[in-house]
Amino acid sequence: MHLTRYAIDVHGLSKSFNGTRVLKQIDFSVSSGSIFALLGPNGAGKTTIIHILSTLLNADAGSVFIDGHDVSASKEEVKQLISLTGQYAAVDELLTAQENLIMMGRLFGLKAVVAKQRALTLLQQFDLVDAAHKTVRTFSGGMRRRLDLAVSIIVKKPILFLDEPTTGLDTVSRRALWAMICALKAQGTTIFLTTQYLEEADQLADHIAFISNGRIVAQGTADELKAQINQDIIELRNEHNEMLQEIPTDGTIQQLKQRIDELIDHVPAQTRIRIRRPSMDDVFLSVTDRRKEEINHEQ
Amino acid sequence: MNNESLKSSVWVAQLIFIQRSIRHSIRNTDAMIMAIALPILLMLLFTYVFGGAIDPSGNYVTYVVPGTILLCAGFGSSSVAVDVAQDMTNGIIDRFRTMSVRSLDVINGHVVASVLRNLLATTLVIGVALLIGFRTEASFLQWLGAIGIITLFIFTFTWLFAAIGMMASGPSAAGGYGFVLLFLPYLSSAFVPTNTMPGWLRGIADHQPITPITETIRSLLNDSPLHTNGWWSLGWCGGLLLVAFVLSAWSFQRKSGRR
Repeated sequence: MHLTRYAIDVHGLSKSFNGTRVLKQIDFSVSSGSIFALLGPNGAGKTTIIHILSTLLNADAGSVFIDGHDVSASKEEVKQLISLTGQYAAVDELLTAQENLIMMGRLFGLKAVVAKQRALTLLQQFDLVDAAHKTVRTFSGGMRRRLDLAVSIIVKKPILFLDEPTTGLDTVSRRALWAMICALKAQGTTIFLTTQYLEEADQLADHIAFISNGRIVAQGTADELKAQINQDIIELRNEHNEMLQEIPTDGTIQQLKQRIDELIDHVPAQTRIRIRRPSMDDVFLSVTDRRKEEINHEQ
Repeated sequence: MNNESLKSSVWVAQLIFIQRSIRHSIRNTDAMIMAIALPILLMLLFTYVFGGAIDPSGNYVTYVVPGTILLCAGFGSSSVAVDVAQDMTNGIIDRFRTMSVRSLDVINGHVVASVLRNLLATTLVIGVALLIGFRTEASFLQWLGAIGIITLFIFTFTWLFAAIGMMASGPSAAGGYGFVLLFLPYLSSAFVPTNTMPGWLRGIADHQPITPITETIRSLLNDSPLHTNGWWSLGWCGGLLLVAFVLSAWSFQRKSGRR
């Protein structure tokens, strides 16, 4: 048994498929009741990590503890603690929203009456009352995702895995889903999510880990990550407010003056200037650039 | 927070999956219509278009009904391959797996629904057969035997199709592989006696499962000698079921490791 009771605790996790190393020495831990975002491009290894954490896949090396239980040794105990929402809305196309909810509730061991009550509450909570008796194949992407999330909390589990919960959704649906995820956190659920959207990680997560090519290249809170690339950015825009140039500085007055002096002769006089803190995108680009350099050095 | 950590009993889970698959069958209207209409059309085709040429005495309908029932059942169970492949490829199976649900229960649900669906279609086919002149003097026990062997056939072929669905890379591949099995009735005694075939083909036709099963149903319904066909039918079904179980288990193991 682990002494530090992280909801999720991962050390030295590695995995290969057919000789290709897809996860290399992954380490991270997730505090109970927080939202953790694993951020990275397609093919970085996000889904493989979720599959290992949720008992679907065995790791080659390393340890994974879910609420103190070793995933490789106590799968059944772990299954009692978690709920998984896969990358594609994993709901039954030919059943109605209500039937999906009741079916999952029953499979989780709820009595028929309780499952039904719970289904009705969730349909209301997730704004699906009008669609309760329609088959899921007629649903929009946003409705499907909402139902998906509702299904995964029909029985409250302490730890929820969401694999790219908002991929392919429009802005309105995305924000609606974010609000629902935050509401779950407020009720005490630990949420582990993967995403390829920087903004999503920035908005939702207490702790973010960047993954690239099967390696975690940076992690911390959003602010820590932004502070990590200790630079401010000069933005130049023309009179129509169109972006002309973004110039990184180290944030000192000396370098700022030097950059502006260099620019003054080369840009039109009406050019607007703004100095801003780095965004998540800047962090991401800087981290991946640094990573590329490291790889080049290694070779 | 942990007090809700329950697990449904095996029987409840099984019933839930059967209910799910029956709902699928009912809502998949296109597949349902095809599964019932196609065998009936085929029977009409064989009786009225080919029947006159094959047997000018007009008794072909009596000969062809057992084969048509099997063709119908084979066709009806083939959709299970697609259903299972669909479950295996979209995320729902992953969710079930993290819920302590046994994947066998999911497949069993499809199998039970398929048997019920096909028995319904078989009843309709027999009904139409009686309407177009099929006559039988079979006793109650012979009927029971025929229905028993038809049910066993449906069960066996459904499991074979389920195994194909597990092994295929996706629903459309599953549909394609499944088609091969559907060809079997044509290479058997279902539509013409095997002694009318060239020697090499007769060798194949006499030694594949559809021929003894067709002959068994024929003997029971037309009150002709059974010979060893009954035993062969049971043997084939038992053997094929075993193959289907082993293939399903094997491909499930293989797939769960790499997803």
